[in-house]
Amino acid sequence: MNEFVETLLDLPWQTGEPKSSYDVVIIGAGGHGLATAYYLATRHGITNVCVLDSSFIGSGNSGRNTTIIRSNYGIPESVRFYQHSLEMYQTLEAETGCWIMHNQKGQIWLAHSVSTARTEQTRALMNEACGARTDYIGPDEIKRLCPQIDLSGGGRYPVYGASYHHEGATARHDRVVWAYAQGALRAGVHVYQHTPVTGLLRDGDRVTGVQTTRGNISAGTVISAVGGSVSTVAGWAGVRLPIRTHALQAFVTNAYAQEFAPIVSSNDLVFYVSQTPRGQMLIGAEYDRFASYRQATSFSYLQACSKKSITMFPFLGKLRILRSWTGICDVSTDFSPIIGHTGVDGFMISTGWGTWGFKGIPAGGSQLAQLVATGSAPLIEPFGLDRFANEVAMADPSSAGTR
Amino acid sequence: MLWVECPNCGSRPFEEYRYGNVFPTTPDSITDPDARNVDFAWMQDNIEGVTLERWFHEAGCRRWFTAKRDTTSDRFLPLDD
Repeated sequence: MNEFVETLLDLPWQTGEPKSSYDVVIIGAGGHGLATAYYLATRHGITNVCVLDSSFIGSGNSGRNTTIIRSNYGIPESVRFYQHSLEMYQTLEAETGCWIMHNQKGQIWLAHSVSTARTEQTRALMNEACGARTDYIGPDEIKRLCPQIDLSGGGRYPVYGASYHHEGATARHDRVVWAYAQGALRAGVHVYQHTPVTGLLRDGDRVTGVQTTRGNISAGTVISAVGGSVSTVAGWAGVRLPIRTHALQAFVTNAYAQEFAPIVSSNDLVFYVSQTPRGQMLIGAEYDRFASYRQATSFSYLQACSKKSITMFPFLGKLRILRSWTGICDVSTDFSPIIGHTGVDGFMISTGWGTWGFKGIPAGGSQLAQLVATGSAPLIEPFGLDRFANEVAMADPSSAGTR
Repeated sequence: MLWVECPNCGSRPFEEYRYGNVFPTTPDSITDPDARNVDFAWMQDNIEGVTLERWFHEAGCRRWFTAKRDTTSDRFLPLDD
């Protein structure tokens, strides 16, 4: 992006109190909430929108992820959705005028056994067919792309091959949130931080607004873009969700002076490694097995995850853990997002993002805005809450986080 | 580090245990049998606060027990609390 010149971030916050009524009120000013507001205002001319957050913008899972953007999923509906999102990320800097530090790196998904290699070959073929550029590559090519790898896997996890996702990328998570916040605020959307929503206003079965610590706000449509605590919010509307909240931990090491080019994930060991723009090695693995709302890290996780990553990348053993963090993920029972109508008039949700909400921000926001404005959004149609009652689960545990 | 009281082994590190989910509870307000099945198969209470759960002492006595836990702090509470 050499032609790109960054302009200073400008967030024109509203002063004073929220209005008593809006067309759309969005609960949660993270990536998904702000992106929905941004696309409602810029694509569909709906600017009478208010976004509320109990803390500051991007303070939830948008600030606690591992910033990976990819589309190599396990079912065609997901691949198409995330590929659209990945392509929107590629042009987001040009569209918003904000530098999000988008960096296309390629993602390698390692296979350590014959059967996993077959899975990765299938994935590559299926992804190609759905428009996500993915090839199956052998150990020589893996070594060329990532010289730091120990192809013998410490003797226990030999590398048979990998699927290589060409367009895998990373972007700075905070900057994505700021880009959407700036775009939304400039278009006239109201964003109120430190304004917790404490309940929903209801008229019979209909949701008509929200109760906040700064008074009641009525709304034509209330959208929950809440992360981990979504079941509580949906409960106020009488909606039961197939969501369980789990903690997902990740950490960075001190800076590694050399370049570590791609994003590397391992199917059998279950972890993933990439390098941040500051040179730190960012390492993550699966979510904690028990349900929890506690945003806490644990030594047992750091220990297990370090051991796995050092198995494949011995140089990591010489680095030190600098910082770790935990987000609470709204994991759906079939591991796919739940987005759209809830069956309750005036109440819509964007949830179930589990361990892959960050990469879905542009497509999730634009499609939900389209659904609100026009009543139809083809890419998210398969991901409605009604799929469970219709017995069409979108089973796709296709991430290191959900193994 | 969290320590959890096992009814058989006493206080042991949290990492020795395995999560066995909450007791499934379909609300009585759902009366249609099909809707009750959907709720049982898919929906989760996902309580933000005190829950009643099953836990398995995997690296200890290898027995199941019922525990009360606050999901916002991961603290285990006495069952009769």
